Amino acid sequence: MTNLLSLLIWLPIAGGLAVLFGTGERNTAASKWLSLGIALATFGLCIPLWTGFDTTTAAMQYVEHANWIRLGNIEINYALGVDGFAMPLIALTSFTTVLVVLAGWEVIEKRVSHYMAAFLVMTGLMNGVFAATDAMLFYVFWEFMLIPMFLIIGIWGGPNRVYATLKFFLYTFLGSVLMLVALIYMGIKGGSFAIEAMHKLPLEMGPQTLIFIAFFLAFAVKVPMFPVHTWLPDAHVEAPTGGSVVLAAIMLKMGTYGFLRFNLPITPDASADLANIIIALSLIAVVYIGLVALVQKDMKKLIAYSSIAHMGFVTLGFFIVFKLVGANTHAALGFQGALVQMISHGFVSAALFLCVGVMYDRMHSRMIGDYGGVANSMPKFAAFFMLFAMANAGLPGTAGFVGEFMVIVAAFKANFWYAFLASVSLITGAAYTLWMYKRVVFGEVANKHVAELPDLNKREFLILAVLAVMTLALGLYPKALTTVMEPSVQHLIGCGVQSKLQTVVEGVCR
Amino acid sequence: MENIYLAVVLAPLIGSILAGLFGKQIGRAGAHTVTIAGVAIAAALSVYVFYQHAFNAAPVYNATVYEWALVGDLSMNVGFLVDNLTAMMMVVVTSVSLMVHVYTIGYMHEDPGYQRFFSYISLFTFSMLMLVMANNFLQLFFGWEAVGLVSYLLIGFWFKRPTAIYANMKAFLVNRVGDFGFLLGIAGVLMYFGSLDYYTVFGKAPAFAAGNPTMELFAGHPWAVMTVICICLFIGAMGKSAQVPLHVWLPDSMEGPTPISALIHAATMVTAGVFMVARMSPLFELSETALSFVLVIGATTALFMGFLGLIQNDIKRVVAYSTLSQLGYMVVALGVSAYAAGVFHLMTHAFFKALLFLGAGSVIIGMHHEQDIRAMGNLKKYMPITWITSLLGSLALIGTPGFAGFYSKDAIIEAVHASTIAGSGYAYFCVLVGVFITALYSFRMYFLVFHTKERFGESHHHSATHHDDAHHGSHTHGHAHHEAQKPHESPWVVWLPLVALAIPSVCVAWFFTEPMLIGDFFKGVIYVADNHNTLEHLREEWHHVGGAAGFALHAVQTLPFWLALGGVVAAYVLFVMMPAVPKKIAEVFSPIYKLMHNKYGFDDFNQAVFANGSVAVGKKLWHWGDMTVIDGMMVNGTARTVGRVAAQVRKLQSGYLYHYAFAMIIGLLVFFTWLYFAR
Repeated sequence: MTNLLSLLIWLPIAGGLAVLFGTGERNTAASKWLSLGIALATFGLCIPLWTGFDTTTAAMQYVEHANWIRLGNIEINYALGVDGFAMPLIALTSFTTVLVVLAGWEVIEKRVSHYMAAFLVMTGLMNGVFAATDAMLFYVFWEFMLIPMFLIIGIWGGPNRVYATLKFFLYTFLGSVLMLVALIYMGIKGGSFAIEAMHKLPLEMGPQTLIFIAFFLAFAVKVPMFPVHTWLPDAHVEAPTGGSVVLAAIMLKMGTYGFLRFNLPITPDASADLANIIIALSLIAVVYIGLVALVQKDMKKLIAYSSIAHMGFVTLGFFIVFKLVGANTHAALGFQGALVQMISHGFVSAALFLCVGVMYDRMHSRMIGDYGGVANSMPKFAAFFMLFAMANAGLPGTAGFVGEFMVIVAAFKANFWYAFLASVSLITGAAYTLWMYKRVVFGEVANKHVAELPDLNKREFLILAVLAVMTLALGLYPKALTTVMEPSVQHLIGCGVQSKLQTVVEGVCR
Repeated sequence: MENIYLAVVLAPLIGSILAGLFGKQIGRAGAHTVTIAGVAIAAALSVYVFYQHAFNAAPVYNATVYEWALVGDLSMNVGFLVDNLTAMMMVVVTSVSLMVHVYTIGYMHEDPGYQRFFSYISLFTFSMLMLVMANNFLQLFFGWEAVGLVSYLLIGFWFKRPTAIYANMKAFLVNRVGDFGFLLGIAGVLMYFGSLDYYTVFGKAPAFAAGNPTMELFAGHPWAVMTVICICLFIGAMGKSAQVPLHVWLPDSMEGPTPISALIHAATMVTAGVFMVARMSPLFELSETALSFVLVIGATTALFMGFLGLIQNDIKRVVAYSTLSQLGYMVVALGVSAYAAGVFHLMTHAFFKALLFLGAGSVIIGMHHEQDIRAMGNLKKYMPITWITSLLGSLALIGTPGFAGFYSKDAIIEAVHASTIAGSGYAYFCVLVGVFITALYSFRMYFLVFHTKERFGESHHHSATHHDDAHHGSHTHGHAHHEAQKPHESPWVVWLPLVALAIPSVCVAWFFTEPMLIGDFFKGVIYVADNHNTLEHLREEWHHVGGAAGFALHAVQTLPFWLALGGVVAAYVLFVMMPAVPKKIAEVFSPIYKLMHNKYGFDDFNQAVFANGSVAVGKKLWHWGDMTVIDGMMVNGTARTVGRVAAQVRKLQSGYLYHYAFAMIIGLLVFFTWLYFAR
């Protein structure tokens, strides 16, 4: 299939519109089944995408190209393609959509078709972000993607949703606008909006620094990095379960994906120059946020803070590359660790938000204090929750371990204290996760509501079981993933992050 | 052989999965059948493997099972290394595990979580085997944390009980502190040796250390790389093997059911640290500083945890402190480079300590879930098998000549005596005094439980703090019924494992002291630098007195024997003849007693500083950092500022045309003025 990527983008979008205007609210059952069918079909497309993927090259694959807009001699193209970075993220996005559709099945009562349509459209747009190889196309998907998310939080969210969406908007919009300026600047300067051309575009230190900052603001908010992280706990708390799942599993990865696609290869010298700051912010995220997570009383807030700390490993893994010049294996370990962390966090945080969702649907509370002794009434649920809690605490054999391990051992070579501070998460991560688990799941039955909780139904069991399998599979055999990413990682280390100020590498990379 | 090794590991895992996921379908009998079958297969094959390695000189097996990840030129694998040390550990782990499985049938038969329990202990067996059979640091870490997970699940097995779920979290977190160091050590190994494979690392280490490489953790203070790496690795061992100051979790872990106290918190998991250091002997031998550190920590644990055993009244806690102290002995052996003695003590200890724990469990069943030794007495009359086997276990523990514990402990004491590294004098003092203390607390418990007058009819002045080992919403023996019920001997599934463990507790050393300590059983596995050869003296003596029997006879002339005997006699005098005296002593030395009662204050300190401290810091950071500074000042501040500016700007947009025209004219004026002057 030559138009696989286009299909992955437009099938869910068209499907979403079909749900919205076709089956709609008149026949919600049909809307749900249609949505599930589209989600499954989209995910099904990822199978040939994965099996047909050439793991020996860093070049873009499944490339599509069509002229879109011409401004003078500058073209903006509908250009798609994936490498080892983007392909797994597209698969993750499509996978998550299936879970989200299932998770909303009985839970969403008002405007079911709208809800499903919003998620399907969002899936297409997110796939577009990962597949775009033209900067303007990327930007369009990037901005459009926010609309369904606003709607999801704004319509199906909690009582304080207006504050949360506004905060989200304020944060993201500031960053995105500057990114647009940077893109236009480079588009005009280099005469092309192809991201690859921007990688090759020679840039002096001054412009590099400004461009870096522009991108950084856009992406750091998304990750989110300390200190621009405070929108995330609020957004999660107000978002419906499905919204939280997509937010945690996919949207946060947009930020780190942006670093990978734009900051590092376009502004390598500025990245190297500012690496210390990014590393410091990443380590603050791990340590500071870890402690903040410890004292949260709201489960969703706790997991949101935990997400920030885990994403700190991703940015740390990316930027220690500049401290590992000449140590390519360690640099690759840092990158691979960061990338695996992105995927594993997609599974684990999604699973944890779904677990909270399972409890919220029954008790209508996210407060840890309202629970206690859930294991007595929901033993199956408790078992799944334990697995995901342990994965969140980075237990070897689960997905959560792989990335943290690789980043920590790589960081050790960069600087002992980076590894030392990053390893603090071994303790804090276990502390906040297990303390929450203890208070919620263990103990005597806390109140009569807990005593009456029904255990997982078949639908919930299926969702959590699928995630459990993925969490264990990635933990036990990460090679399946690292093999896919390895050529792109090696290319980025060999070329992408090499200085643009020296001309030595010209010909090979530029 | 590869299939055999795989079968050893996978059989318990399959049993665990079946019992865990399909417990309801296969029922209680089904669950214990599949798990016991799995562990029995593993045990039988382990014995076969051990036989092949120990007697048929099977070649060392070192191979990859599958590649876990490949990054750059670094291959990370799951693979097995099976040599004599591994084979010995496999036998210890699977045989004790098998005994515990059988015992559990009797011990847990009333418990509603029966299948879950069997699933956990089989999962533990799998994890522990992965740990000891690893051929690389990654898999070692996997096994390391996996046993920690199962330990966590099992300590908190009775998850309704607040003390249990406090203890299991504490155990996991304290172990995580150890793992924190361990992971840094592994990262150091990877950085300096470029590999995670044992043999590659061990092969490169001597040449690397010869150059005395240093690293600066603080600018201007170069530290030897090998020292940093070894101490980091050892911090991991301190967590898992409960060495001071990371020992605090082990006494609390007694909240778990007794079978796992025997299996995990006495025989196998807690000895993982000892095993690990012995496995890493090629690295530790390269840093005398690290060895001294190991030695001092071990010696401190051996003596000071032994003291605490003297004042415990909970039968399981006495055995738990005894375990801490004995782990200290093993670590001392590692510190003086007598790795062989350390792992030999690990093996003998696994048998007699599992025996003592299971014996304690049998007593608890017999006493209808009473754990306070002050409420026991004269149980020899009611529980003869438990009595005899526990006596044998105690004799082995205190190092009675001829018993297993004697050979292993004597070797350690001899080695410390022969050692010259920094701290060996202190360690020698600790291990010698420790012998007396061990005998004292062991026989205090023994006399109070099996001899002295029957006290189980008496009122419970202590029942507020000491509770049943088993929870039991369902069980019928409440405290109120105690007076009516006499203790009884346990069923055969409980006493059979006691007998089976008593045999090696007595005689395992008769056969294995010679090859393991004197001979070259560990040749090529454990590496000892020439100037650290502390077991040499023992070897000479062994040949001089003519083997195991002569060695036992010769012991009568040595100090440890008289110290142990003194301890037993003291216990008899203090607790049988003059039971009023100990109370007097406690009163006279009340400050010391208080200090010991508070367990030297470790728990209070940790709770106040680390637990409450990090919560307090977390709250501060959240309220001050996130809410006040970032949200309050930056985010909402920005929003407010934007709002305010917008409110001002809005006034400009009055809608009156002449306002706009006026503004345009002013603007043009300014613009042209600027152009004029800028020319």
